[in-house]
Amino acid sequence: MITLSKVSKWYPNFQVLKNCSTHIEKGEVVVVCGPSGSGKSTLIKCVNGLEPFQEGSITVAGISVNDPKTDLPKLRARIGMVFQHFELFPHLTVMRNLELAQIKVLGRKQGEAAAKGMRLLDRVGLSAHARKYPGELSGGQQQRVAIARALAMDPIAMLFDEPTSALDPEMINEVLDVMVALAKEGMTMMVVTHEMGFARRVAHRVVFMDRGEIVEDAPTAEFFGKPRSERAQLFLSKILQH
Amino acid sequence: MFADFDFEVIVRSLPYLFYDGMTFTLMLTALATCGGIFFGTLLAMMRLSGFAPLSLPAASYVNLMRSVPLVLVIFWFYFLVPFIGQWVTGASQPIQVGAFVSSLVTFTLFEAAYFAEIMRAGIQSIPRGQVGAAQALGMTYLQTMGYIVLPQAFRNMLPVLLTQTIVLFQDTSLVYVLSITDFLGAASKIAQRDGRLVEMYLFAALVYFVISFVASLLVRRLQRRVAIIR
Repeated sequence: MITLSKVSKWYPNFQVLKNCSTHIEKGEVVVVCGPSGSGKSTLIKCVNGLEPFQEGSITVAGISVNDPKTDLPKLRARIGMVFQHFELFPHLTVMRNLELAQIKVLGRKQGEAAAKGMRLLDRVGLSAHARKYPGELSGGQQQRVAIARALAMDPIAMLFDEPTSALDPEMINEVLDVMVALAKEGMTMMVVTHEMGFARRVAHRVVFMDRGEIVEDAPTAEFFGKPRSERAQLFLSKILQH
Repeated sequence: MFADFDFEVIVRSLPYLFYDGMTFTLMLTALATCGGIFFGTLLAMMRLSGFAPLSLPAASYVNLMRSVPLVLVIFWFYFLVPFIGQWVTGASQPIQVGAFVSSLVTFTLFEAAYFAEIMRAGIQSIPRGQVGAAQALGMTYLQTMGYIVLPQAFRNMLPVLLTQTIVLFQDTSLVYVLSITDFLGAASKIAQRDGRLVEMYLFAALVYFVISFVASLLVRRLQRRVAIIR
């Protein structure tokens, strides 16, 4: 479904991504973890072309992201993305946030988009808040709306960029619950997160990054059981000691 | 101290001052504001495009307009617009456009430079993540601008845009150099005809003050109402 091969990216005086390759099958859940500044967020933003990269290639459902001839907006419409800071549109109601792209990008009718939006709001337990503005919701609620907004586009895969990092601890679970349910349904997911509990429970594979490189790419049990690289061992020992 | 003054002249000329003069002033202000915001937004988008063939001309235009006194621009355009019209349409004679059209073109183009800077600040005030979110949903550049960035930028900048409109309202009085009967032009004509300069100019100043002051109070109230909760 998603294939990255030898992706490298440079900022003017610094290489953020070094030869990153991995593959995500349809229905697979892959967690990307690693210390801050290791390039995880940059990597996931390359997958739908939000960040350009200089070398290598990425394909999603057989379509090249880095080919200049690719209709990127059209491809992005099929890939859901959830951001660290939610990025709901603050000038629109919750319902309008869910409808807008369905209508303007997919060309759905207003009624159809509203029905779909309502179903998804219901699914994330927020149908009572449809008429509110994002600023009136808590962080956890906003992130659940953001997930619903991405799902409203009927995506073939979902990208999560540190979806719980900006949340207060008591709100993390309500968001993770939605993500777990999604994974159980067989959604193809690439998740950048520090939530190792989530990784253990639902990820099929864990990709560990450090300093722009994919250091380890292993099935979940193997990654947590006996990581091969020293850097992954060090990272796990720091993150799991509590 | 007002013994020698004749305030009757004001009462006598009220219909002329407001019906002829103020109507022109308000019409010019309203149309130039709409045009200025439209072209200013285009200029701001060009300038922020990161594409040199668009951003350089836009930046040069804005900087040029902001470095030249308005009175000069008014003069230039008054004398140039007929020739530009001739050049554009290929007519054999300079096209007479009249004082109103000439001043409307002038103010639109001049104010566009100021509105461009306001809109540029407004667009830049929208977090990059908003653009990313819109793009991730499959929106094109124009959709992202039209549905996500510009509506928020307008709301954030509304008080500043309106304050600039108040400045524009005062600036329109400069058209009197073209002998146009705007509010100040009308007051000036009465003042000269009846030899009541002090009375008329005092009254004109008072009217400009009251309108501008009340408008800025309204802007301040509006400011509190439109703020977007984040």
